[in-house]
Amino acid sequence: MSFVEFLQQLINGLSLGSVYALIALGYTMVYGIIGLINFAHCDIYMVGAYIGFFAATSLGLPFVPTLILAMVGSAVVGVLVERVAYRPLRKASSISLLITAMGVSLLLENGFNAVFSSTPRSYPHNILQQKNITLGPVHTDSLHLIILGVSVLLMILLQFIIYRTRIGKAMRATSADKDAAALMGINVDWVISVTFAIGSALAGAAGVLVGILYSSIDPYMGIQPGIKAFTAAVFGGIGLIPGAFLGGLMLGVIETFVTAWYSPLAGAIGFIVLIAILIVKPSGLLGKKASEKV
Amino acid sequence: MPLLDIRNISIRFGGLLAVDGFSMEMGKNDICALIGPNGAGKTTVFNMLTGVYKPTLGTIWLDGESIGGLKPYAITKKGVARTFQNIRLMKSLSVLENVKISYIYQTKCNLAESVLHLPRYYREEEKVEKDSMELLRVFHLDGKKDELAANLPYGEQRRLEIARALATHPKLLLLDEPAAGMNPQETEALAELIRRIRKQFNLAILLIEHDMRLVMSVCERIVVLDYGRIIAEGAPDEIRNDPKVIEAYLGGEASHAKN
Amino acid sequence: MKKHLTKLLIFLAASAVLFIVLQMLISANIINAYYKRILMTICINVILALSANLVINYTGQLTLGHSAFMAIGAYGAAAIYKAGVPFVVSLLFGSLIAAVSGFLIGLPTLRLKGDYLAITTLGFCQIIVVLLQNIPQLGGAQGFAGIPGKTTFAWVFFSMILTIVVLHNVVGSRQGRAMVSVREDEIAAGAMGINTTRYKVMAFTVSAFFAGLAGGLYAFLMMFINPTMFDYFKSMDLVIYVVLGGNGAFAGCIASTAILTVLPEALRFLNNYRMVIYPLLLIVIMILRVKNIRLARLKGFFRKFRKGGENDAAA
Repeated sequence: MSFVEFLQQLINGLSLGSVYALIALGYTMVYGIIGLINFAHCDIYMVGAYIGFFAATSLGLPFVPTLILAMVGSAVVGVLVERVAYRPLRKASSISLLITAMGVSLLLENGFNAVFSSTPRSYPHNILQQKNITLGPVHTDSLHLIILGVSVLLMILLQFIIYRTRIGKAMRATSADKDAAALMGINVDWVISVTFAIGSALAGAAGVLVGILYSSIDPYMGIQPGIKAFTAAVFGGIGLIPGAFLGGLMLGVIETFVTAWYSPLAGAIGFIVLIAILIVKPSGLLGKKASEKV
Repeated sequence: MPLLDIRNISIRFGGLLAVDGFSMEMGKNDICALIGPNGAGKTTVFNMLTGVYKPTLGTIWLDGESIGGLKPYAITKKGVARTFQNIRLMKSLSVLENVKISYIYQTKCNLAESVLHLPRYYREEEKVEKDSMELLRVFHLDGKKDELAANLPYGEQRRLEIARALATHPKLLLLDEPAAGMNPQETEALAELIRRIRKQFNLAILLIEHDMRLVMSVCERIVVLDYGRIIAEGAPDEIRNDPKVIEAYLGGEASHAKN
Repeated sequence: MKKHLTKLLIFLAASAVLFIVLQMLISANIINAYYKRILMTICINVILALSANLVINYTGQLTLGHSAFMAIGAYGAAAIYKAGVPFVVSLLFGSLIAAVSGFLIGLPTLRLKGDYLAITTLGFCQIIVVLLQNIPQLGGAQGFAGIPGKTTFAWVFFSMILTIVVLHNVVGSRQGRAMVSVREDEIAAGAMGINTTRYKVMAFTVSAFFAGLAGGLYAFLMMFINPTMFDYFKSMDLVIYVVLGGNGAFAGCIASTAILTVLPEALRFLNNYRMVIYPLLLIVIMILRVKNIRLARLKGFFRKFRKGGENDAAA
């Protein structure tokens, strides 16, 4: 592989990775705050893609309003799911919650399938200008760069919210110790809803971006990226936001290079990396070893 | 040769030296106590003795064998048993089942024999049932054998934990704050129980305790820990009057224990 | 000893009676081919669920990748049958290599805790699926066709009975006790001399054996297998059967498996909306379970109030 090819693949990998990172962030934030692996999260990504699709086709909106509408819509769905399905089980065992999440996931997938059928829909081609861009010797297209750009922007926004706002501080506190946070006067229910809203909005954004890039969406589109994004969140260190960034980007890059080198392995490479990392460092790349007091 | 020979163990957690140069010897039937203010490193010493932590420096010898750094289950097999500061009973199992757990490593029935219900299975199950019930009788818990461990009153839970530890047939029994949360009568009964266990089961006992009544009445030797180091060691009377100890820890409690 | 033998004989006698009744109904075509297929699927799912139950409810390890062992058993049995090995031996072979995989996978992964273990087992499951999709000799993504329909109702029924008896004996033995102690408190178990890793791996291996058996039976029932039949959706189904079955008792597990196997079939009349109603029902059941527990506690609280000092005196 020449250096130019390497750079091109790297850009592709980073843009794919940034999509994974956007999805992974939602998984990790929810896990960090209520300890749930939200199996329905990948379907919020799909819901965002569909909302964006209808915004772009039926409403004919341009890119930015489509993106924003999809993000808002996804956030609403995410919070709805939390209120209706997860909140009643707050005190239940984590397995019960997990099964409910699986149920919500199936419900969303099959629900959209029943209503919209599994025929793939396409985003309008002119929604974003697809230009060929040349950076020095490297050829890429504007779509990849826009995806990368939008993702990075959203992640910077997220960092700002988490570290520079009061609600962000409340989120960090609740994530560290839910009961103590409640005793300090934090409205834990509200914080949890906000967490779901933000995570879902990011996933919805990823859905729109992917819909535009690959020009095709269907009710089951979230399954594969979902598992991969979650895997990335875990090997980066589940519950840690930088871990989700790092994991997602890494996975995108690794997967792109593996696909170019030996594609049959591509579907499994995420898990292989996960297992390899966890065997050496059981709490993930950035994770801290949580030891039990004896 | 002493039963337990701890030579200069230290343990470091990152930048914190939790235990520094701890040495101690115990004979086959000694009853000793490890006391000191909270955070002094007492449970950390227990954890090193039972394999939860590996000492950074130093060695631990049980009956001439080095046990420092072995896995907890291996150390139990060598003859060290313990109870826990925060009771670790198996809450959804019954009293009898909790005790039977300790017999698992002592029985030999393999998986095939278990599945096929070969004679050894029946023999061992019967023996385990008999031995467990006998032990429960000693602790006056036999009447509650099918009661869920979670439903026992606090004092009985602590007794059950001791029974379960004894069921492993140890040479050395480590009790981590066995009198925590007990009133004076219960503590007196516990003291009596400890003395009886030493005689009946022929073993050595090392306590961590804050209750000076219990310590003074039951122990022959006391080791005092502060900030991870031994600051005094000796018979109860010596410790009671040691100025360093009084300063670090005992204060007015020593005079109460005398009375 | 007498007590055990008596119980076993009663169970076997009852099973024999049930078998005879069902088999007669099948032979007389009162239970037609469609219902027979459902019955056989129930038996296979019960074997799977009881095996997963050993790991999830008895040993307390959440595994989301159990269908991988089913796949290994299915492909193993089918492949070696094609090589000329008799049916029974093929089934045994499939089960054994599933067990070996259980051992090999269990050894490194069972040092992980809770959710990390869950996602890793899910990962292994997906890896197996991808692997099978890329082995042309086993049919690749197209699947493995041309497997004769050697699985009969008798086979699945008796395999199910065998599974129940063996697993019941495991659970009632010192090994089973060790597994339960791992679930309850790993640290305390270690302090009582139990090598917890050993028993976790043992549970995994034994359960993989039976999952492999189920897989083999499944292959010779369906006469065609492909990798996606055994992906993480199948694993999820198993977890749902097991968890909805209660805290591990065999009767509950068998009942929930039977009901949840039949439910999607019973909802067939809903067509496309079938797979919408099923998860909806699932969610509603999960929420009701929690509310019920709260309701039961509330009832207990009021009972104490009404009886006044009676309960206090007893406590």
